[in-house]
Amino acid sequence: MWDKILSGIQEFFLNLGNRFYINFIKNDRWKYLTDGLAVTLIITFFAVLIGIILGFVVAFIRSTYDKTKKLRFLNLLCNIYLTVIRGTPVVLQLLMIYFVVFGAWDINKAFAAVIAFGINSGAYVAEIMRSGIMSVPEGQLEAGRSLGFTYLQTMRYIILPQAFKNVLPALGNEFIVLLKETSVSGYIALQDLTKGGDIIRSRTYDAFFPLVAVAIIYLGMVMIFQHFVKKLERRLQNGH
Amino acid sequence: MDIKRQGPLIQAKNIVKIFGNQKALNNVSLEIGEGDVLCIIGPSGSGKSTFLRCLNLLEVPDSGQIFFEGVDITDKKVDINRHRQKMGMVFQLFHLFPHLTVMKNLTLAPMKLLGKSAKEAENEARQLLKRVGLADREDAYPDQLSGGQKQRIAIVRALCMKPEVMLFDEPTSALDPEMVKEVLEVMRELANERMTMVVVTHEMGFAREVASKVIFMADGMIMETGTPEEIFTNPKSERLKSFLSKVL
Repeated sequence: MWDKILSGIQEFFLNLGNRFYINFIKNDRWKYLTDGLAVTLIITFFAVLIGIILGFVVAFIRSTYDKTKKLRFLNLLCNIYLTVIRGTPVVLQLLMIYFVVFGAWDINKAFAAVIAFGINSGAYVAEIMRSGIMSVPEGQLEAGRSLGFTYLQTMRYIILPQAFKNVLPALGNEFIVLLKETSVSGYIALQDLTKGGDIIRSRTYDAFFPLVAVAIIYLGMVMIFQHFVKKLERRLQNGH
Repeated sequence: MDIKRQGPLIQAKNIVKIFGNQKALNNVSLEIGEGDVLCIIGPSGSGKSTFLRCLNLLEVPDSGQIFFEGVDITDKKVDINRHRQKMGMVFQLFHLFPHLTVMKNLTLAPMKLLGKSAKEAENEARQLLKRVGLADREDAYPDQLSGGQKQRIAIVRALCMKPEVMLFDEPTSALDPEMVKEVLEVMRELANERMTMVVVTHEMGFAREVASKVIFMADGMIMETGTPEEIFTNPKSERLKSFLSKVL
């Protein structure tokens, strides 16, 4: 038995160069990975953008309702949105956006993915932001209002800067999750990074190289992103 | 300068405030003239802080009216934010903005609300900082200050808006005893400069020495009003007598 394992290992290393060539060089297969990475990054970027805007608006409505009991109807809509989005799988949301909502139109798959992941991320960002807003003591709002600031000005100059600082780690984490979640884009036959690796696997019948390569690329991106979040965090903590 | 108005600076008429099924304020009426230093004393839960917070509408009264400079600010059509600019408020827990330096705490409102330039706002803030003895702390963050320093900064923050009246909500109640003095000292100076002040306080010595008028509140009502002399040495109601016997 040991012989078999040893010869297996030997074969693995002897063929490394050849397998690398087949998986990445031959027929320009590396392009599946770079093109896929570009798609993944584009989807993530725009989804994050939508997620922040949507999450911010929802968090603002919800915490305004919590603090002042105004915007009752909008708050109800937000609650429905949060419940549905957080209560169903993201893959299902992606499929429904592409095949049901935009089913009648021939739309760009990446566009559908951006919408689906953006709407999904917005729900999580909203709750993160809301917890941040609620974590700022009530006295800050009162102090701002007592100086003559409107509710909106107090939010902008006093509450939100503090809230943002409090939730930055959670927000950074949400975007890392989102980046990795886009890997289900293959469900609507969108060639993102994961799908690219999978296509190589199906051509070369070699699972190891393409999948490990894909994993390393995700890992590298996450680590770079984490580095920037940490840097930003430290900058915001300065003076404290 | 404004044309001198007739009548009081602030007039509260029949203020009622209800929390749940509790009447926190029961028909409270009061006039505050320009230059008055009004101290409100009373047991906790008597409604004195609630009343103070009604004056700038941080609490909205369930009924009654507040006139500030002759304008009914409880009127829904009135832009309360404009009037609040002229009513400085100092809180028990300071409520400085922790994400901003002392200087930014002081200049934020004058710059954004009064349209002052950074230079102008900073110069004014520096003068006031000097007067409260904190000229060297303008770059500090609130977390780096002691309680007494924080409260002095909070007073300066309100003063930077050049208010017509200063409202103090138990400004020394959260301070260590040795820091109470430095805050009271600043307030005493303000009073000497004829700043109109409404002070909810447990500092009977301060009320006695500085107030032009003392209000005793209990159960959401004004029980007794008078000069410090009348309130402290010649109390009329049993309620006030028993209160004073406990705190003096």
